[in-house]
Amino acid sequence: MTTETIQAPRSAAAARRGRFNLEKWGWIYMRVSGVVLIVLVFGHLYVNLFSGEGVRAIDFAFVAGKWASPFWIVWDTLLLWLALIHGANGMRTLVNDYARGRLRPLLQGALLVSTVVLLTLGTLVIYTFDPCLDPSVAGDLGAVCTAR
Amino acid sequence: MRINGRNRLACKTLIKDLDISKPIYVEAIKGLPLEKDLIVDMEPFFQSYREIQPFLVASSTPKDGKERIQSVAQRARFDDTTKCILCAACTSSCPVFWTDGQYFGPAAIVNAHRFIFDSRDEGAQVRLDILNDREGVWRCRTTFNCTEACPRGIQVTKAIAEVKNAILRGKADVPAA
Repeated sequence: MTTETIQAPRSAAAARRGRFNLEKWGWIYMRVSGVVLIVLVFGHLYVNLFSGEGVRAIDFAFVAGKWASPFWIVWDTLLLWLALIHGANGMRTLVNDYARGRLRPLLQGALLVSTVVLLTLGTLVIYTFDPCLDPSVAGDLGAVCTAR
Repeated sequence: MRINGRNRLACKTLIKDLDISKPIYVEAIKGLPLEKDLIVDMEPFFQSYREIQPFLVASSTPKDGKERIQSVAQRARFDDTTKCILCAACTSSCPVFWTDGQYFGPAAIVNAHRFIFDSRDEGAQVRLDILNDREGVWRCRTTFNCTEACPRGIQVTKAIAEVKNAILRGKADVPAA
């Protein structure tokens, strides 16, 4: 009987402990944001499409009315950041699965840039929103604006 | 091999159980390099298996006597994952493994689970660190293909989830006695 040589077990991975692990935190982020998004998305859909006059009520004044309240500003900010990063991270895993070679960093870069641009734009819109932007607006909102 | 599009053991799939009025499709398993006919190169599969250190790691000597005594509950903790026969049905049914073959794959994780949750083993932390890798457990999308493919009925996706849980907690929940 011959003695087989047994390969040394891989131990390099053990040294990597303690470093920030994007895959692990990405996984946790998807679960946590997913749970919060169920509430945020369905709350958003209900308030915009079902409650009151339903979908017909949506216009500039509806948005202005919503963003007059800090509650909806916080709600929409959370919705924007959680959903956009959730989606971008999902796309990142798809890119990691199917993109090879130079295409991978290219697509990941494009994803990162578009996510940052959309987050910046969206956040700017929420926090610099001016309800009196359009002077021709009629109804309650128009009355509020002319009174200023 | 793949029989009618599903990973099965050819030795346990009987003609009488198949619909012979239609053609029976027999293919090599997917995700591993095809060598010839139905033969694939299993080396990447066994490479992942070796990397998770599929052997008992224990540096201490047994408390009294020669045996490492284990309670029924402790043995039952990892009973499901001891059933693995390394047929590669699970790993070669995994869509994440198909993409680039870099993922450790369900079979390697199942065999890591078998030792991570063994009360006699002392190498759990090393294995958890290995599976906390970029190509480790986080690539699992819980599609349950592996659980469906396993000819031994191992709850593969559950075992992977338990390993994920153990990594997040920093330790495996092994029964004390």
